[in-house]
Amino acid sequence: MSVLHFEDFETGQVYPFGPHAMSRPEIIAFAAEFDPQPFHMDEAAGAESLLGGLGASGWHTAAVMMRMIHSAFLHRTASMGGPGIDSLKWLRPVRPGDVLSGRSIVIEARPSASRPDRGFVRFRNEVVNGRGELVLVVENPIIIERRTAG
Amino acid sequence: MRYFEDLTVGTVWPLGTHTFTAEDIKRFATAFDPQPFHVDEAAAERSHFGRLCASGWHTVSIWMRLNVLNMQRMAQEMQAAGEPLARKGPSPGFEDLKWLKPVHAGDAVTYETEIAARRPSRSRPGWGLVTLRNSGRNQRGELVLTFQSHVFVEMRAAEPTAEADEALADQ
Repeated sequence: MSVLHFEDFETGQVYPFGPHAMSRPEIIAFAAEFDPQPFHMDEAAGAESLLGGLGASGWHTAAVMMRMIHSAFLHRTASMGGPGIDSLKWLRPVRPGDVLSGRSIVIEARPSASRPDRGFVRFRNEVVNGRGELVLVVENPIIIERRTAG
Repeated sequence: MRYFEDLTVGTVWPLGTHTFTAEDIKRFATAFDPQPFHVDEAAAERSHFGRLCASGWHTVSIWMRLNVLNMQRMAQEMQAAGEPLARKGPSPGFEDLKWLKPVHAGDAVTYETEIAARRPSRSRPGWGLVTLRNSGRNQRGELVLTFQSHVFVEMRAAEPTAEADEALADQ
């Protein structure tokens, strides 16, 4: 298995990820631990809320995106972790049974100015449901080792 | 939740402290972010982190947990005082999340949220959009994370739309 380094990432590249089916028990378990609001744990409370039905915690959807990205390419990337998230938008509720998938698009790749052993690769990550509707868009950089120090 | 009209910019809510155990760090990361430095002590020691550290998604998910518990505590106090409760809607998102320092096993992170801004929602009449400035500090007082999030909060009464029309579009 070849390991992806900073030099392998170029603006415009697309890495597809997923799918992952969101189950009701998984949605409720995540919410109970990290986001215990009734509309993430109870059908009736969800129906009365702006979500219009039981919907996954947005933090759960984001964590599942991270997992899909890891399985797609991050597991074979010389990643040094992420310094943060530029922006994250929750666009639609995620329901039990929704099958999530998506793609990571490279929007910038630049070597670190201060450290010759690494670079910053910025991604736009789009997550869609089974109907192809965008549910989550995240823009973030990941720090990746260079194969050869610049 | 207090009504949109009763939320004052500058109000700070201390959310409490959470200690990250090695077991919890590995359990979260195994499910959602299994990079070696989040799931394996030996691999973490060989990495630039030097020691096992929590997934950043774990550290912000704990912010959410403490934020929700704080909202629920405040709601109980309001109910006990006979005050009417406003509904809180979902969040459209956040920006400028910075993971400033690693959170290692045994670190105790104290979280805080401040009301940074508020305006009527343009897309949802009867609701306001509130911006929160959120942070976490470790036991040495060092900032480990900061970000700005947004949440819909119900209004006592719908406001005229002139102000809303000038506001930025909802995220």
